Amino acid sequence: MRVATLANETDFDGWRAGARALRQAGVQPGEAVFRVGRSASGLFDDGPLPPPPDAGFHTPRAFVDLAQAVILHRSEDRFDLLYRLLWRLKAEPDLLRVVTDVDVADALERAKNVSRASHKMKAFVRFRRIEAADGERWVAWFEPAHRVLERTAPFFARRFPTMLWSILTPDGSAVWDGETLTFGPPATRDMAPSEDEVEEFWKTYYASTFNPARLKLKTMQGEMPKRYWNNLPEAALIRELTAQSSARTETMVAAPASAPNLRLAKTLSRIGRDHAFDEGFVPSTLEELGQAVQACRRCPLWRDATQGVCGAGAKQAPLMIVGEQPGDQEDLAGRPFVGPAGQVLDEALVEAGIDREDAFVTNAVKHFKHEPRGKRRIHRTPLVSEVSACRWWLDAERRLVRPKVIVTLGATAALGVLNRKITVTQARGAVLTQPDGARVVANVHPAYLLRLPDEAARIAERRRFVEDLKLVRALL
Amino acid sequence: MAVLDLRRKLAVLADAAKYDASCASSGTSKRDSIGGKGVGSTEGMGICHAYTPDGRCVSLLKILLTNFCIYDCVYCINRASSNVQRARFSVDEVVELTLNFYKRNYIEGLFLSSGIIRSGDYTMEQLVLVAKKLREEHDFRGYIHLKLIPEADPRLVEEAGLYADRLSANIELPRDEALKRLAPQKDVGVIKQAMGRVRLKVEAARPAKKDRAKPPKFAPAGQSTQLIIGADGASDTEIVDRSASLYAGYGLRRVYYSAFSPIPDSSSALPLSKPPLMREHRLYQADWLMRFYGFSSAEIGDAANDGMLDLAIDPKLAWALNSRAQFPVDVNTGAREMLLRVPGLGVKSVNRILQVRRWRTLRLEDIGRLCRGIHKVRPFITALDWTPGGLTDAADLRARMTPSVQPVQLSLF
Repeated sequence: MRVATLANETDFDGWRAGARALRQAGVQPGEAVFRVGRSASGLFDDGPLPPPPDAGFHTPRAFVDLAQAVILHRSEDRFDLLYRLLWRLKAEPDLLRVVTDVDVADALERAKNVSRASHKMKAFVRFRRIEAADGERWVAWFEPAHRVLERTAPFFARRFPTMLWSILTPDGSAVWDGETLTFGPPATRDMAPSEDEVEEFWKTYYASTFNPARLKLKTMQGEMPKRYWNNLPEAALIRELTAQSSARTETMVAAPASAPNLRLAKTLSRIGRDHAFDEGFVPSTLEELGQAVQACRRCPLWRDATQGVCGAGAKQAPLMIVGEQPGDQEDLAGRPFVGPAGQVLDEALVEAGIDREDAFVTNAVKHFKHEPRGKRRIHRTPLVSEVSACRWWLDAERRLVRPKVIVTLGATAALGVLNRKITVTQARGAVLTQPDGARVVANVHPAYLLRLPDEAARIAERRRFVEDLKLVRALL
Repeated sequence: MAVLDLRRKLAVLADAAKYDASCASSGTSKRDSIGGKGVGSTEGMGICHAYTPDGRCVSLLKILLTNFCIYDCVYCINRASSNVQRARFSVDEVVELTLNFYKRNYIEGLFLSSGIIRSGDYTMEQLVLVAKKLREEHDFRGYIHLKLIPEADPRLVEEAGLYADRLSANIELPRDEALKRLAPQKDVGVIKQAMGRVRLKVEAARPAKKDRAKPPKFAPAGQSTQLIIGADGASDTEIVDRSASLYAGYGLRRVYYSAFSPIPDSSSALPLSKPPLMREHRLYQADWLMRFYGFSSAEIGDAANDGMLDLAIDPKLAWALNSRAQFPVDVNTGAREMLLRVPGLGVKSVNRILQVRRWRTLRLEDIGRLCRGIHKVRPFITALDWTPGGLTDAADLRARMTPSVQPVQLSLF
């Protein structure tokens, strides 16, 4: 039996030195003993061994990290478990990756308990304020589940650097003087103040934020184990709150609905906001149109969209540019053609010599049709029925703007404007005159240019897009 | 009106705020107070400083600035026509209370909401003022969550994002039609537009790789919303679809589900019964499946009956029982996506399986060490020494997997 002596319960350096010496000396895990406290006989019971040769052995960084956590665990046999792992690492260098191994799983579980104890300490320490001759001090008494004081105290230094605080525990104490953190001897409960005037406010808050209709004691106790209740001022209320909860709930459920407060009628009449939209409504300005579309229920697309997006641009524009529908960005911003396709359009308009400011830009469908996929919305083409339902709005825009020329971008836009399906690639470049006198030119949608995978095709198609826009300019 | 003392006000305004389920203090930028003039830090992981007997955590001081409200939303305890006691904090009272609680380590920060007083703009201004004072006058670096008043001027929302870690606007009712009936002054379009503006701002504040100057931070913990369960007749699949649409549209960090809970002085327009807590729990599980397990809302819908999730078993198990042709999965060769669909295996367990199987061939016992209970996993996997045989397709598998005793509330005393 070989004995290594550690200075205290969390003496990692002492454990490391002892474990190294033992392993170098070939002492089997069952034969090695780690003892805390000064021992008369020195490091080894069987007499000292020669100091280990300089050429040590390599232990993975992951093991050191794990061991530093596990040593804080309150279990008696933690030193032996760590030594066993160290021993096995020689033959199995990848051992720590095998988290299903009994020893590894055990060590990981204890490290997890330690990390949890440290987290709970961050949560459950309660400072009490005292007035000292030279100013205020903050003192907490706390009993951590494992020996995590030194590991956790720096958190409080980062959080409360401008306060002079100390945390007292049965394992030791931590003191922050505004600049440095020092650790001192174990303390007792009576060394900490026994009250704080703000605690009554805290208990009031705790009691009021509790909802008696949803008692879930098991969840509470899982997260806030009873071992901590002694030092939590609010925990004194748990018994009473729990006992009263069912009676309070029954009262709420059984109480008849009371007569509404008289202030109601007055207030409500003052803020009545009515967006109601009905079929007989005829918008007389573009602003009215933009507001009214928010109430549109002619098809179900409004449901998942943020808002209806009407056209924008010059009020009496000679040119109307009609796209398919607002996209992700347009839906959020409430303006047409502000996303990637809008950029392509803007650049092409400049090249074709058309000022977007002089045009009225809109879409055949006013709400964004899409499908949620994780954190993104994937565009979906609107159905014919949806385009037809939305023609009501497009026609209203046409009546108000009275454009001489309309450019349709893509098949949906053409369907919206012409009320019949066309094949854009065949119809593009032709000028179709409408009953209201407007002349319609079909073009592709700029998003189509963005989607072309082939660089050469993209350049060619883009050139053609601009050429078709130039043709439009000639008509103006 | 009698002047209420501060403790009474705290009782009224905390009670008025408790129906908002959100209490998260996680996911914001890391910072501390070293070198600062005040207190406060956020280190990524949220901290719950206490738990009340309802099992909910207390992380933030969650209060209303006032519970006076000109709106009359039927489900809300603070509606104009309710007879509850009213109170109002001053801006300084909230600031002092927050700092006093924070310094004693009771809380991670403040979650401030408010009834609508005078106008949306005025209310939002007051909320922003509290956050601004905490940040600028007291150099407070803890967590701040501000409620968005959707009707408020977009410039106020922008200002709120500079001081707050998180912003939220609550949709509350999964069915838009119900909002019209139960919350006549609220407009779902206005709420969504506000959330859309926040998303655009959050994205604009995310530095592009080549940016030399960092754009100013904007609500680094993003935005969230809440849906009330059981007040408007919406089915679970409607709710799950609504969530999927909200996550995709507004980059929400969280959608909270809050079982409609009876309130004192409630309206006759609503069901008066105990809150459907199990239903709420199943919806959270479904939500997790969509966010971390690669399930689509349609797949979750497949496992539902008449639009409602099974209350007796969790939605992942329900899906697996309906999709048995895809099982068993070999834990030693199966793809990550498929392992994530095995009932009883969480994201952590799956990651560990993937790590270990590079070094060892896994046995059933190993899987047992990696998950919470092998009973639930066994019928859906094969391992080196295990094959479920006819178990996967057994007619009574559902019965065998259903907990025989519904969990009873633990008695504490």
